[in-house]
Amino acid sequence: MAWTRNDIAARAARELRDGFYVNLGIGIPTLVANNIPDGMTVTLQSENGMLGIGPFPLEGEEDADLINAGKQTISELPSTVYFGSAESFAMIRGGHIDLTILGAMEVSEGGDIANWMIPGKMIKGMGGAMDLVAGVKRVIVAMDHCSKDGESKFVQSCSLPLTGKGVVDMIITDLGVFERPDHASDFRLVELAPGVTLDEIAAKTGARYAV
Amino acid sequence: MNRIFASAEEALDGLLHDGMMLSVGGFGLCGIPERLIDAVLASGVTQLTCVSNNAGIDGVGLGKLLRSGQVRKMISSYVGENKEFARQYLDGSLEVEFCPQGTLAERCRAGGAGIPAFFTRTGVGTLVADGKEHREFDGDVFIMERGIRADLALIKGWKADEAGNLIFRKTARNFNQVMATAAPLCVAEVEEIVPVGTLDPDAIHLPGIYVKRLICGAPYDKKIEFRTVRTVEA
Repeated sequence: MAWTRNDIAARAARELRDGFYVNLGIGIPTLVANNIPDGMTVTLQSENGMLGIGPFPLEGEEDADLINAGKQTISELPSTVYFGSAESFAMIRGGHIDLTILGAMEVSEGGDIANWMIPGKMIKGMGGAMDLVAGVKRVIVAMDHCSKDGESKFVQSCSLPLTGKGVVDMIITDLGVFERPDHASDFRLVELAPGVTLDEIAAKTGARYAV
Repeated sequence: MNRIFASAEEALDGLLHDGMMLSVGGFGLCGIPERLIDAVLASGVTQLTCVSNNAGIDGVGLGKLLRSGQVRKMISSYVGENKEFARQYLDGSLEVEFCPQGTLAERCRAGGAGIPAFFTRTGVGTLVADGKEHREFDGDVFIMERGIRADLALIKGWKADEAGNLIFRKTARNFNQVMATAAPLCVAEVEEIVPVGTLDPDAIHLPGIYVKRLICGAPYDKKIEFRTVRTVEA
């Protein structure tokens, strides 16, 4: 049984540490917020200018002035602080955020990530993704192992325009976990989802990796 | 000096011209200067370049100026959720300069602070770096980005005093603070104008030196792009 989307998020949540400041992307990464271990203090950053993201508001308590980077209504916590966009990206670019967990369309064996643009289709823009992968201390990608067409998303070389070059530290998919200790090293398969074999993951992976 | 005007139209009187560059605050539909955008729409000024993180949505915010064909170029980081934008972009009538969100914020901060260019790691090895100067500092590669200096800034605040000292509310601050500084003149709309001495001088987010003209735009019917709620836990 490969991992579900929430299983991927739960596995990613095991990379959190007490006291971490973390930025979560849209999609599977958003689910990580529901999997923060009890008793651990993790502060979530929203790049539109907030540290300390609370849960979605109760019905009737939505506030148009209080949204996350995905433009969803959220709530604040007693520890919440607000700031402007320049300050927000100063803390991102300046290496003050401990961890970011992002989705991706492709990741290469050299740690390149592509997640903002498909040429020939409508281009929406990169938002804050390029700043996050360039500036945050540790970059984890949480994604499906294969595309809807069954193509591997962990590839030798990205075919799509890059968001960042050589920036990814860990990849968590529905089939397993790949990690590298630093940006000069190769990725190593460090964990398999339950019931997934080495042969299966090898057959479904375009990238080269150590086992 | 009286900086308080009765309407957005009066506040913008004499400031608009064809081909100008506007720096506009807001993130999505949160904290957008909607009264001032309406006044720009009514003025009929065209060939605008708008520096704004987003381009509104169809018929809301800067989406209004796109629909009316008044915008020639957008400098933005994310423009999804906007069909009119997509149509004009694909048929070539609208020029778009995509800029990473943090680089956009810093370009405006730098422009407003008298810094013509800076180096950043963001975008190295991507399309964003094409044609830009690369330089190594302390073993890492950076690209040069230019500061942005617009002709006029349009922002939305929460409260301002009669001297233009202004505070924002929650995440509606976003790009408003930095866009205000990225032009020689900023016009702000707020929900309430209070007498000087009312706001705590230690708690001002935007000093009045930037806010040359001010209107009260209330009452506001603020729009929510994605309404998400939770149910009460049992």
